[in-house]
Amino acid sequence: MADVAKPEETARIDHTPPLLKGWMDTPVEIKPGVYCYGAKEKSLAYVGMPNARDWNPAEEDWKLPEDWQEIVREGFRDRLEKFRSLKLFMDICVRCGACADKCHFFIGSGDPKNMPVLRAELLRSVYRKNFTIGGKIFGRFAGARDLTEDVLKEWWSYFYQCTECRRCSLFCPYGIDQAEITILGRELINLLGLNTDWISAPVANCYRTGNHLGIQPHAYIDMIDFFVDEIEEITGIRVEPSFNRKGAEILFITPSGDVFADPGTYTCMGYLMLFHYLQQKGLDITWSTYASEGGNFGYFTSHEMAKRLNAKMYAEAKRLGVKWILGGECGHMWRVINQYMDTFNGPPDFLEEPVSPITGTKFENAKSTKMVHITEFTADLIKHNVLRLDPSRNEQLKVTFHDSCNTARGMGIFEEPRYVINSVCNNFYEMPPNTIREQTFCCGSGSGLNAGECLELRMRGGLPRANAVKYVHEKFGVNMVACICAIDRAALPTALEYWVPGVEVTGVHELVGNALVMQGEKERTTDLRGEPLAGMEDEEDV
Amino acid sequence: MNFVLSILFSSFAVLLVVLIPWVGVGAADLRLFFGIIVPYAAMATFFIGIVIRVIDWARSPVPFRIPTTAGQQWSFPWVKSNPIDNPKGTGGVIARMIFEVLLFRSLFRNTRLEYLTADEGPKINYEWEKWLWVAALVFHWSFLIIFLRHFRFFIEPVPALVSLIESLDRFLELGVLPVNGLGAPGVYITDILLLLSVTYLFLRRIYIPQVRYISLPADYFPLFLILALGLTGVLMRYFIRVDITAVKELAVGLFKLNPKVPEGIGVIFYIHLFVLSVLIAYFPFSKLMHLAGVFLSPTRNLSSNSRMVRHINPWDYPVEVHTYEEYEDEFRGHMIEVGLPVERGAESIAETAEKE
Repeated sequence: MADVAKPEETARIDHTPPLLKGWMDTPVEIKPGVYCYGAKEKSLAYVGMPNARDWNPAEEDWKLPEDWQEIVREGFRDRLEKFRSLKLFMDICVRCGACADKCHFFIGSGDPKNMPVLRAELLRSVYRKNFTIGGKIFGRFAGARDLTEDVLKEWWSYFYQCTECRRCSLFCPYGIDQAEITILGRELINLLGLNTDWISAPVANCYRTGNHLGIQPHAYIDMIDFFVDEIEEITGIRVEPSFNRKGAEILFITPSGDVFADPGTYTCMGYLMLFHYLQQKGLDITWSTYASEGGNFGYFTSHEMAKRLNAKMYAEAKRLGVKWILGGECGHMWRVINQYMDTFNGPPDFLEEPVSPITGTKFENAKSTKMVHITEFTADLIKHNVLRLDPSRNEQLKVTFHDSCNTARGMGIFEEPRYVINSVCNNFYEMPPNTIREQTFCCGSGSGLNAGECLELRMRGGLPRANAVKYVHEKFGVNMVACICAIDRAALPTALEYWVPGVEVTGVHELVGNALVMQGEKERTTDLRGEPLAGMEDEEDV
Repeated sequence: MNFVLSILFSSFAVLLVVLIPWVGVGAADLRLFFGIIVPYAAMATFFIGIVIRVIDWARSPVPFRIPTTAGQQWSFPWVKSNPIDNPKGTGGVIARMIFEVLLFRSLFRNTRLEYLTADEGPKINYEWEKWLWVAALVFHWSFLIIFLRHFRFFIEPVPALVSLIESLDRFLELGVLPVNGLGAPGVYITDILLLLSVTYLFLRRIYIPQVRYISLPADYFPLFLILALGLTGVLMRYFIRVDITAVKELAVGLFKLNPKVPEGIGVIFYIHLFVLSVLIAYFPFSKLMHLAGVFLSPTRNLSSNSRMVRHINPWDYPVEVHTYEEYEDEFRGHMIEVGLPVERGAESIAETAEKE
């Protein structure tokens, strides 16, 4: 974090926009620490995205195709005809400002163009100029402006300063959703090859290897094997996951972040332990190296790319002949599964309506997509007393729960994870009501913004969340933030270390793994992280 | 463009809107034009404009089911779901829309950021802030009631409902204004509320720095128009009286599509009517279309059942995907090495090797 200023300095934020200089007269600045590197030619070319080339956002010349304005205009027209949301959201905003101070990026940066309303106006102004009578006649007086290169750069900059978290849409009296505007705005600039490296490289990876990190099948197995060894060391039990196994009842898909980096890896161990525990009770589940990604960076590129990457889930379920799909803990993955997947790639008529093989519970809320969230699955198990749990093994933790933006406002899964956490932990504390559940704050790094080069942006965006964590950290001594999102697990530790040191991040199923009393296990002295359990500190020394 | 320019531009525009009928009727005596032609043209623009606009919106499909879920999903019987903020069925959606349209539920959630920089770190609070919600609610409801009250000018005999609204609106009996003496009528509550709320909505645009920054002339213009509309109405009712019988004759004529312009209606009435005409003619081309748009908003008017019922995208098209076969072809060797099952088996590798 060497290149980001000290928190005290970053936190000195002025939220008052300039008095007399209007936003149309304030050109965009492509700032180091805020912008992500441009997409590389090879990433875009691999998936056949248009206008692939190497380019550098910091340079003056973005190497745009000659007819770029025409491409954008046509793309815009096309999307207005395809998305009622876009057309409506271009027309009906009254600029009441209710959304203005709801965005984590505005709160953390004070940059007025990060007010959702203004981020949308960047697009609306061009819409008015090109598609409305008033805009054509009255120009700037009607809030209209030409699509110039500066405007395009402004789009690029601010559509990659939005994490599509939808917090603004909650407060908008007309439900105008900046996520929708960002998604479609990004589609437009992607017509010109203007993606970021941090999004386009995972997309290309995912297309080829099945996951964002580009983990090839043998490496995937190696990584899981490593967790198997770890689990054996901690519990004395060797779990036996299976991969690409035809005829299994359930296919399990989770974000590749869970197999790749701490602390997601501990969550992954939690899944493995839970499945092993249940295998003795009749669970028949397989992992896949082909559908080895729950997340979908295509969703941060275009609807089409999202569909192309998402297709693997049903395709693999069909090939393996499973009955239904279980999904791991991930935010935008679940927005896509919940609100898009069936429409994208359904109907999955080769699958069956999901039924828990352990409890017999029918997951009626997933009867069409045939995909169940793992905290739904586990909550049901706990409700039916299937799991032997020892919450005292999480005694050293004082836990709060961070509702991930996508699972909150694109799904509404609030109680299931809380129920699971409360069953496996004794010390649970909620953050203030304005910062959780449907009003939750994004981690600040979602929608493909968790790159190293935009660390300042991420720390700023993470401030409102971290600030709420700080509140419970100081008041209750909270030292662990639980979440159900792989990007949270990748991004929040950095944000918390920066703003509220001493608080770590965990997936819900890491906590489950800690508390789960497996048949035949040895007495545990550490948690899944190798930290001594409460009361076991001495034994660890021996 | 800054807020000063925006306000100046909008006030001049509204001033012009007031001056045109003043000169047109006061000096040029174009009563037919301002009394009949303009109102009809404006009404036609209003209705046709709105219909075209709504049809245009409706022509664009809703490819994906994207409600903003603002409460617990429906999952298990033992988990209490929120049927209004995360509705799984039509009933919930209707309830959600009723709350949204009649009570501005989303705006009710509004908070205000309070950000203080301190040595030990920033102090961030999300403060109680309901004034925008209150003002918006008061403004819209007053406008609606005033609109309904005006039907006493259009319909003879006056419908009972209109009379009831009118008497309720006057129930405070705020007495007789001393200014214009003789028989000035009781004050309508909604007249006061409308002017107050519009004034507040204008002042907050200037006073709150963020709102000032985002405001366009298109935000000030309708506010000023409505203010002018309200003020001319109030002037006419309480201060500069016009011949109400003649006004009613004109209004009933307009309403019955048998218009005639009686003599002796004061200019103030024509100004009021022209401001209204401009407002409704401007309506379909402006942000005022949120009136119709709110009903079509896909983040609010869709049920959240996309895992239960498949939502169809009418323009869906097949896309290129990376198939399992292509994947296995690339990684088959590695897959066999670690014991992963493969579709085509080890023998096919030998074949490939031979070909090479």
